[in-house]
Amino acid sequence: MFEQIIFYIFAGLLILSASMVITVRNPVMAALFLVLSFFSSAAIWLLLEAEFLAIALVLVYVGAVMVLFLFVIMMLDVNLAPLREGFARHLPFGLAVAVLMMIAMGLVVNSSYFRSEGMAAQVSFGPGYSNTTELGQVLYTDYLYPFEIAGAILLVAIIAAISLTTRKPRSTKTQQPGLQVQVRKKDRLRIIKMDAEKQ
Amino acid sequence: MIVLSDVLILAAILFSISVAGIFINRKNVIILLMCIELMLLSVNMNFIAFSHFLHDINGQIFVFFILTVAAAESAIGLAILVVLFRNRQTINVDDLDSMKG
Repeated sequence: MFEQIIFYIFAGLLILSASMVITVRNPVMAALFLVLSFFSSAAIWLLLEAEFLAIALVLVYVGAVMVLFLFVIMMLDVNLAPLREGFARHLPFGLAVAVLMMIAMGLVVNSSYFRSEGMAAQVSFGPGYSNTTELGQVLYTDYLYPFEIAGAILLVAIIAAISLTTRKPRSTKTQQPGLQVQVRKKDRLRIIKMDAEKQ
Repeated sequence: MIVLSDVLILAAILFSISVAGIFINRKNVIILLMCIELMLLSVNMNFIAFSHFLHDINGQIFVFFILTVAAAESAIGLAILVVLFRNRQTINVDDLDSMKG
């Protein structure tokens, strides 16, 4: 019963903050509401005994990705007025699609199979259980190769983000070896004939 | 006691909200990226719910990889957004029609 109350509180908070993300006018407020929704879903994940991922969600998303979002929003000087036009026009269509999708998914998900007590009869792990140990044991054995690929993906993301956003410095005087090699003697040296100077 | 369908319905609601967000905020690229993050969050919640109720740790591994890829995706997306704004001085989707798509 206690678990259920906690679940419903955080589920309500999550839905509220998610709908604020898509409706609020200011992008900074939207990012902050997205932070709130990440926090409340981390609480739900804690309730579902995925402790490592709940902490990772807060650290990675709230600590890194959302800070990046806020940084970009505040760095770009965006004119918000034209971005909001069409909001009321698209609202009924978007709501209709969302409600239809919600009904379709709800009919599937709320079926007796997922509601059955067999799906709810989870035994909680004892106090000595460590989610991180369990996860690490699977991650570094069965999923070692995908783990390495994930590391490579992060490296590619770092390189791509840096190379996309660096500007060429205009003021520095760098050498260009290609041009230096191409230079011939006639480009630089001019031999002129002139009379000898008299004393 | 929470049953599996409670969490699944919550994730479905979250996914529908983010789809609606993509429809109604179709001009602002930043909000679109945030809606994609919300979608990935709802998918992750499905994975964790099944992992919990079926006692299978593999679902959490998948969430781990999805988090990694989503972080990389949003970093590159925001980098593209910064370059776009530097070149065009706008992030309005309607103005980005130079390829006549």
